Amino acid sequence: MAAARAGRALRAAGGSSCCSSFSSSGGGAGPGFRPPPHSRHDWIGPPDRLSNLRPVIFHVPRDESALERRLREARQDAQAWNQRFWAQQNAAFQQEKEEFIYSRLKAKGLAVRDETGQKATLNAEEMADFYKDFLSKNFRKHMHYNRDWYKRNFTITFLMGQVALVRALRWLRWKKKSVGN
Amino acid sequence: MLAPHSPPAPGAGLPSAAGGSADPDGVPGPGRARWRRPGAEGRGRREQCSAMSAARRCSPPRALAGLFIWHLKKTGIRQVPCQFVHLCRVANDRLITFQYFNFLKRMYVTQYNKDLSQRAKPKSDSVASPFRESQQLDQEKKVIHKIIPISPVHQPLSKTSNINELKEMKLAAEIEGSATPLRAESKEERQWKEMKLRLDDLPGILARLSKIKLTALVVCTASAGFAMAPVPFDLTCFLLASLGTGLASCAANSINQFFEVPFDSNMNRTKNRPLVRGQISPLLAVCFAASCGVPGIALLTLGVNPLTGALGAFNIFLYTCCYTPMKRMSIANTWVGAVVGAIPPVMGWTAATGSLDAGALLLGGILYSWQFPHFNALSWGLREDYSRGGYCMMSVTHPGLCRRVALRHCVALIGLSTVAPVLDITTWTFPIISLPINLYISYLGFRFYRDADRSSSRKLFFCSLWHLPMLLLVMFSCKKSLLEKEEKGDLHGGSHGRAMEMRLP
Repeated sequence: MAAARAGRALRAAGGSSCCSSFSSSGGGAGPGFRPPPHSRHDWIGPPDRLSNLRPVIFHVPRDESALERRLREARQDAQAWNQRFWAQQNAAFQQEKEEFIYSRLKAKGLAVRDETGQKATLNAEEMADFYKDFLSKNFRKHMHYNRDWYKRNFTITFLMGQVALVRALRWLRWKKKSVGN
Repeated sequence: MLAPHSPPAPGAGLPSAAGGSADPDGVPGPGRARWRRPGAEGRGRREQCSAMSAARRCSPPRALAGLFIWHLKKTGIRQVPCQFVHLCRVANDRLITFQYFNFLKRMYVTQYNKDLSQRAKPKSDSVASPFRESQQLDQEKKVIHKIIPISPVHQPLSKTSNINELKEMKLAAEIEGSATPLRAESKEERQWKEMKLRLDDLPGILARLSKIKLTALVVCTASAGFAMAPVPFDLTCFLLASLGTGLASCAANSINQFFEVPFDSNMNRTKNRPLVRGQISPLLAVCFAASCGVPGIALLTLGVNPLTGALGAFNIFLYTCCYTPMKRMSIANTWVGAVVGAIPPVMGWTAATGSLDAGALLLGGILYSWQFPHFNALSWGLREDYSRGGYCMMSVTHPGLCRRVALRHCVALIGLSTVAPVLDITTWTFPIISLPINLYISYLGFRFYRDADRSSSRKLFFCSLWHLPMLLLVMFSCKKSLLEKEEKGDLHGGSHGRAMEMRLP
């Protein structure tokens, strides 16, 4: 039993050290941060450079039930999926924007950087074409993402509700027992 | 619900909030870099947005701040009571802001004449330095960069060659680029927060979750609707209606934030919301929404009247289930959002009278028309964020339409103000007194339509913030008094009565 639990913790620990009961998923958590071992809560970090999403390191309790594990895995999965989508989206945006600026400046016959070394820029009205184009190109991708995001969000929240309910009932039963004793 | 797209900057009619900031991350720290004028695109987006928001925040109250500082110097007080004092000042290129209402703002105390040495470094500080560093590097590298563009003259101008050149230049810049010092890593470690809910933080978190300032404005418009209703004023009904509307608005805003977590993370305006920062779990947000929405609607239905309750429930549904998903599907979301903003004053009116008459619809119409210049002007400056985040807004996809609609509805406000006395809601002084402000906003709408640039959009947006409270105030002061109406009613009622008597045997 203890071995199975330890095994679960090991599997769950993933990239972090084998003795901690925390697990992270996807990019963004980084090798730098490790939550203190005595902490019994999840930890949330600064926004990721690429995706602007805040990575969460999930706490794995020693007596994690199957329901709790399902919840944690759903959250980890959603986090990794979100991270992938937005990192790729933002990177594509940045790159296409730079290409657009570069090609427009070229067309106007201007250098990318002027005498002071500052990057030459286009004003908002010239960029508007790019924004419109980018939005329409990615419309379908966003539709699929929205649908999936709503599904995941509802599932995770519903699981959270179930876990909270189970915990509350367990606490009530324990209270009754202790009062009885 | 009033303005579902209302920004965090609280210029909107809150007198003590002059120049204040509800967006702690956006308040700039010391440094000249922060005060650069919002320039063209292509520069650091965050730089631009924070510089713009800084400029937005601190320009109004400088005179006030100046007076206050003078008073401080005179009285020799260095410590300022933090309760209800708000001050925004630039001194020696350093920004000092004091806080009011713990949960709405974070306090920054910096050096002032070498006195106060304690300083809470705002997070945004770390953003400025990498950019400045890379700028220096760019300057060193400029000679090399100038050589590269010359060579492709001989090659055909193809897209792939553009991309390759860009990659070369980027590589050259990146080689020197990012050496992460140990200091940066430990700073990052300090930014990790335990996701534990502290009870004393909870009121602040819930206030931000329910967008309390926006809710307050919504309740104000509902009260305006109640006040304009041609019935004797009933205080309990008024309080119940206001409370119910406020609770319904809190619920709707919480659900909206619950749905939009990853999108909010990616937009500068919304990246400090509680769910984005992990200060509260989604489950708790939903429970809070339910615990506000259910009592709110029940209060309206049972304590006021079923019509108001139904309108409240419908509005919550419209905002959370129609407007929020539609923001990412079609530009029609703006029209739906305008209806959402128009319903609260209608609710106020039906709370007072119990019926949906022309006056309610007129008030709703005024709020509906107001939403367009307000939101379209705001969205003009957020086009980059909307495009990247996948939001379908007129300002991105149909910019011409965006400006036309804003202008159209500014002019419609004049028309609607003129209809008010026709429907016996106000006297004829109302269209006359409100004409200057309506003309002014229409003028700004026209400038926005013609110039289509950031400054005209900002002017229009800020005008809309004071235009609405003033219009409602003028409307209330020109309200047709009940006595006048009764006299009129007597004349008609009397003749009717006589006619009736004659018919009866």
